[in-house]
Formats: sequence, structure tokens, C-alpha cells
Amino acid sequence: MASNSKPATRKAAIVGGNRIPFARSNSTYAQASNQDMLTATLDGLVARFGLQGKEVGEVVAGAVLKHARDFNLTRESVLGSKLAPSTPAYDVQQACGTGLEAAILVANKIALGQIESGIAGGVDTTSDAPLAVSDDLRRVLISLNNAKSVQDRLKAIARIRPGMIAPEIPRNSEPRTGLAMGEHAQLTAHEWEIGREEQDELTVRSHSNMAAAYDQGFFDDLVTPFLGLSRDQNLRPDSSLEKLAKLKPVFDKALPEGAEATMTAGNSTPLTDGASAVLLASDEWAAEQGLPVLAHLVDAQTAAVDYVHGGEGLLMAPVYAVPRMLARNGLSLQDFDFYEIHEAFASTVLATMKAWEDPAYCKEKLGLDAPLGSIDRSKLNVHGSSLAAGHPFAATGGRIVASLAKTLHQAGPGKRGLISICAAGGQGVVAILES
Amino acid sequence: MADWYTTFANSGFGTTITKQLGLPRPAVLRRYEPGQPLLPGPVVIGSAGQGRLRDTVTTVLRDAGVTVQSPVTADGATDGEKLGAVVLDATGLTGPGDLASAHDFLASAIKRLRPSGRVLILADPPSDADSPAQAAARQAVDGLVRSIAKELLNGSTANAVYVPEGAEASLASPLAFFLSGRSAYVDGQLLALSPADVPTGEDADKPLAGKVAVVTGAARGIGASIASVMARDGAHVVAVDIPAAGESLAAVANEIGGTALQLDITAPDAANRLIEHLRERHGGVDVVVHNAGITRDKLLVNMDAARWNSVMAVNLQAQLDITQALLDDGDVLNENARIVCVSSQSGIAGNRGQTNYAASKAGVIGMVRAWAPQFAERGATINAVAPGFIITEMTAKMPVGTREVGSRINSLSQGGLPVDVAETIAWLSQPGSAGVNGQTVRVCGQSMLGA
Repeated sequence: MASNSKPATRKAAIVGGNRIPFARSNSTYAQASNQDMLTATLDGLVARFGLQGKEVGEVVAGAVLKHARDFNLTRESVLGSKLAPSTPAYDVQQACGTGLEAAILVANKIALGQIESGIAGGVDTTSDAPLAVSDDLRRVLISLNNAKSVQDRLKAIARIRPGMIAPEIPRNSEPRTGLAMGEHAQLTAHEWEIGREEQDELTVRSHSNMAAAYDQGFFDDLVTPFLGLSRDQNLRPDSSLEKLAKLKPVFDKALPEGAEATMTAGNSTPLTDGASAVLLASDEWAAEQGLPVLAHLVDAQTAAVDYVHGGEGLLMAPVYAVPRMLARNGLSLQDFDFYEIHEAFASTVLATMKAWEDPAYCKEKLGLDAPLGSIDRSKLNVHGSSLAAGHPFAATGGRIVASLAKTLHQAGPGKRGLISICAAGGQGVVAILES
Repeated sequence: MADWYTTFANSGFGTTITKQLGLPRPAVLRRYEPGQPLLPGPVVIGSAGQGRLRDTVTTVLRDAGVTVQSPVTADGATDGEKLGAVVLDATGLTGPGDLASAHDFLASAIKRLRPSGRVLILADPPSDADSPAQAAARQAVDGLVRSIAKELLNGSTANAVYVPEGAEASLASPLAFFLSGRSAYVDGQLLALSPADVPTGEDADKPLAGKVAVVTGAARGIGASIASVMARDGAHVVAVDIPAAGESLAAVANEIGGTALQLDITAPDAANRLIEHLRERHGGVDVVVHNAGITRDKLLVNMDAARWNSVMAVNLQAQLDITQALLDDGDVLNENARIVCVSSQSGIAGNRGQTNYAASKAGVIGMVRAWAPQFAERGATINAVAPGFIITEMTAKMPVGTREVGSRINSLSQGGLPVDVAETIAWLSQPGSAGVNGQTVRVCGQSMLGA
């Protein structure tokens, strides 16, 4: 064996997944913590695949909005679940890319033979979100804690001012620009001339695709009800262009004077609570357990863009990640049977596809001789995506991986699917699955 | 776990009150627990005429660790050790005259019965009789056993098994069932056996070891109990329920170490999806328990089509469709498969406001009877279980008067528990129960309804 050869690798299998229905913020899951939701999701996965008391190689999951007490969220969730307590776990966080990144991490360890099985997941709640005290008050409280004498304590307390009391509420905004993610997306939509109607059309299709999938029982082995909710709360089977057209545009703050805002509460994902998990394994482990292999995770890629000073849109990083991954695998954008482009906003999906079709952009920004070209819309998000399901940040990746793996499995062997997920901080995570 | 009245009636104060007022005196029933001996005391075996089953019964019971006494010593020592069970071999009956010895034997033996004792009468089927006199004597067993069941006290039960010529090997499994705590709430019943190839070498504590069992409607109530008992007996349980019940279904599966399958059994592709799942994950299936059922009560004249159709679809049509698909598939149904269908007392006695439900549950009885010969050809069986008043979340919501009356009008003066239904179903699922086919076993404490 040549000394410079790569270690032997194998492709990790996706066995199946589980998630709880996604709930709108401050609604059905308002009293549920991240740990509650992740534990329930793991238990649903355990029940589906008969993993009671069994040890998997590793459980990897994360949350974007996290309490300080949840420093070991995934391990604590494992301990509360029916998995063997000897199952190791760790937390990851890559904003909305968390769930997919977790799956890639598990798949890579399986590919290297370091583990035989693993669970990747993610969870988020915007209802049970952490509140922080202001920095000023925090400093006072720390010195109060350190004070040795009564006098020192009184001195510390005397420094508290009414203005310090207001808590810091986590915002869905970029720390470096102060703009909400929707405001960033609206800028990109404006730049790419993404119209209101095409966004609404994509939204209607997401809702109708997902509603049909539920009606056909597609989610019967992907979702386990939680706290009385058995379907995604955001799902509106009767969504229509007429209804969406009535909604007022939001996110217009950063637009240049006179520019028309096109993004609404309908064609943007709402704040959502939920959790997801995916079971990955080597083919051998799956066979030993009598479990199916739905698909394999073939490859993955991340990318990031300079949205602060570089003139690129906040959510455009997947546009860069995909061609790098395609080149490495000798594939064209058209070599896929299904596409899962995360619907953070309808405009994001449309801008992503438009960028891949644009010769100048592909040449100048992506360094490609020819544009990637267009994709067949009938292969896009065929069972609905985040606009219908909602988007509990870290849970979206697991939802997509499991749904796409099942879609590929149903379509038969040798089918290929592309996943593209944009994330805060100007990042993107993409992957290829194959049945 | 007994209901509040049974607990009260068995307390010191409650005993005095209920005796003085002549109120029902429900006993705390002997129920099966793993490792429990078959019987808490010796058994005495008597005969009416020259029976042919005495040796078989003696061997089976001795093998199970039961002390077997002969009626000679029973007659001689009526104040001897209390009996766990009394078995009468009535296969020698030639005419009504032989019944006198049955009376003699039972009268003295039953006096010695412990609480939760068992009386079991074994006879030939009246339809096989050589003469009208013999048929009369055999049929007389019917009235005899039902009356004994009504006279017995302290949680004791009486049942009869008809054993035709050639079906002797089929007897071991029902014999053990009726004498054990598994049959706690089965009372006053007559079970007909058929000849069959009965597998031997079953593990008495894990009779379902290595078996894959599907239980529909497993998320709660009786279904959850069936799943739990099947798992206790060694089966891997595929717990099935509608997707909306998935949260409690997962909890049941995790509790018993089974797997959860969310499936609407009335969906057009339900049978195919179930079969594919079983083939992919388990290579086949040994036991299918059609337990899923719904009620949509309304007086017939006020009942809309939706109520009628949904009850029929879940309670009867889905059982038919899935069973037919399993038979048609060719290889997913393992050898010696067992199908157990949940019927209901309403299907036997009828019930006001339940025309749809009663019709569907009576249909189940007809279905298993019609299918039995086809199942027998492949060494398989199909049977039904008809629960009487079973204490569940559903009955807890009934008005207290209706509930109390409903639970007392049976020979054991109490409602049954989900586990009583589950034990009966698990018994019918055993490989050894090969000779029980096409039957409907009531689990009703000898309810007066439809008796």
C-alpha cells in the first residue's frame, strides 16, 4: 500500500429520521425547553428503530439559541432518553447549518470507521429563549458575588441603576450589521430583482407540497407527534396566491429609497420551535440491526461570504459551496433527481437559482467558465420545505436530510439529491445524498 | 390493580358492610405473573364414564409442576389440602345417567376449592355423538359448566373444553391457560378444539420467544396492554397506531423494547406498507393482533353515514384487508402464524346506540370462523377475543351508575382489566395453541349480556 494513500473510507448510510412537528413560536411548545424537545425527538427515533438501551457511536446535535445551563445539551438529552447512558454526545452550532453540519460530522466519522452508527440532530426554541441581563448589570452582579464584606456588598448593590434592569432579548439579527436576517434577504431580493409574485408562488407550492405529503402518509415514519401536535403548525394547506397577496411587506428598513419591498410574513419563515434527528450508520451496522439504508451521504461542503464589506448577500454562501462540491464529484447542477434548497425566505431560494443561471455572476464571483444553469423546478422541495414546515434553526438540517433520504429511497436506487442550506454569519452548508 | 369497589369490599370494614347489605363481593383475582406456578394448590382429576384424557391431563400438569390427586383421596379426605383446580374428564359420557358421577365428583371437590380456583370440564363435542342420548349428555355439560361458573365464589371460574377424537394433542395449551392466572377473567366459556400438529418444546416463561408480533391500536388502553404482555412473553412487538397517536405509541414501544409504526390501517396502501415494513425489518411476521377499533355511538335512526362507515372501516374492513393481503403475499406470513382479532361483547349481545360497532364486531366473529379452515391448512390459526366490561380510560369517563352496573353484572362481580384481554390474546398467539382455530373467546367474567 502506498504510503501517501488516503485512509480507506466508506459512505455513511442514512437509516431514517425523526422529528417533532414544528410549532409556531410562543404556541404549543411555549413551555418546552430545548432539552425536552431534543429528548422527545431522540425517543421517537429510538421507538422507530428499536434502539432502546442500545449504544450508538455518537450523538451530535445543537441549538442556535441556547441557555447557559444547556452547555451539554445533547449529552443531557441522551441521558434523559431511552438510548444507553453509555452513548457519547457533543454539541455543535453553525447557525441554521447546525443540523446538516451535525449529520456531516457523524457521517465523516462513520466514513473513517471511527464509529459504526450515530445520530445527528438539532433543536431550537424561540419561545423558551434565553434572556441575558445587560452588561452593566452583569458586571455589578459579578462584583457583588466576589464581595467579601457586607460593606463591599452594599457598595456593589448601590451601583445598580434602573436602566440596567431591562434584559437583553436575543434578536434575529446580524451582530455586525444590526440588520435582521429578513432585511438582509430583502436587499438580496432587490439586487436580484426577485418579484413578489414569484416568491408567493414558491410559498404556495411549499404549503401544497407539504400538505399533500402529509395526506399521503409520507411523514408517517419521519414525524412523531409532541404535546398534542401531529402536523407542523405553520402548514396552511389552503394557502393561495390571493391570500398571500393581501399580506403587507416587511423587512423594508434597509432598502434604498423608492425600492419596492416584496417580502412578507407569508413568503418568509416564521420563528418556530422544534427538533429533528437522523440515524446514520455504516451499511454493515444497518444490516446487523435489520434496518434499512435509505440513502448515502456522498459529500458535503461549506462556504462563507463577506456580507459585511464584500458586497455579497448574507444568505448567498451556498451559491459558492455547491459548485466546489460539484467539481469535486464531477457532477453538473442538472445531475440531480431532487433538490432541497432551504426556504429561509422564498426570495433566498429564487436568488440562489438565479445566481446559478447568471453567466456574469458565475464567472466573476464563482470563477466558473459557464453558468451552472437552471434546475427543473418540479424536482425542487417536492415534499415542501421551511416556508410550510417552519424553521427551528438547528432542526432544519435534520428535517431535510431525513426527508430527502426517504424521497430518494422511494424513487429507487441510484437517485441523487442536493441539499443547500444558508446560515447566519454569511455561511452555507451543502451536501449530496444518493440512494 | 383492582377497582375501588373491589378494594373496598375486600377491606375489613368493607367485608362487614358488603356482607350485611348483601352487596356484590368481588374477589381480588389471581392473575399471572412471570415465574408464578401454574396453580397455587393441587389439582384433582375426576371422570364421568370411561374418559380418555385423564393420562394426558395428568402428564401435562405433572410436567408443569402441579400436584395431581385422584378423586379417591379427594372423597376420603374432604378436609384435606385446599385445591387449586378441579378437572373433570367427561369424555366417557354415554348418556345422561353418567352425569350422576360428574355431580358426585364435582360436589365434593368444589367444596375444597381455594379462592381463584378453577373448574375445568373436558368433553367430546355433542355434534360427534353416536346417539341422541350421548349428544344430550355432552350438551348437558354446557348447562352444567355455565351454572357452576355462576355458583362459584371468591374469584373462581369454571370453563369447558370440547376435545374431539384426534385433538388430544391440542389440549395442553388450553389446559394450562384455563388453570393459570392468565384466564382470570375468562369464565363460563366453552372452547372447541380441533386436531392440529402442535409444536412442542415451548419455553413456559417465554412462549413467544423469537416471534415478531404486530399489534394494531397499541398506543393506549387494551392495545398497549396486549403489546406489553406479548413483549413479556418474548415477542418483538411492532406497535401500530394512527400517526396522530404517535407520541404515546412511541412511549409504549420504548417501554416494552418494541418498535413503533405509525400507520392509518384504513389507508388504501396500509396493508402493503405494513407488509413491506415487516419484510424489510423482520423478514416476516408470526402474530398479528387486529386490536384497533373505534366507537361512534348513536341510535341507528340518528346515525349518519360517516359514523357508520368509519366504524366499519377500522373495526372490520381493515382486519379483512390486511389479513387477506398477508395471505396473498405468500412469504411474509411465517409458518404457524397466529391472527387474533378483537371482537366485543357488543358483537354478541348487541348494545343500544352501537349498531355500527356491534355489527362490525359480530362481523369479526364470522370472519374468523370462515377463515379458520384456510389457516389450518398452513398450520396457522385465526381466532377472536370478545372483551366484556374492561376497565380502561374509556370506561372511566362513563357516568358512575352506568359504569358500576356494567362492571358488576357478571359472575365475578367486577370489570376486567386490559391485561385479562391481553393474556387471552397472548395465549392464542402461542405456537402450542395450534388446536384453537376459528374460535371466539369471551373475556367477560361470564357477563350476563349475550350469555
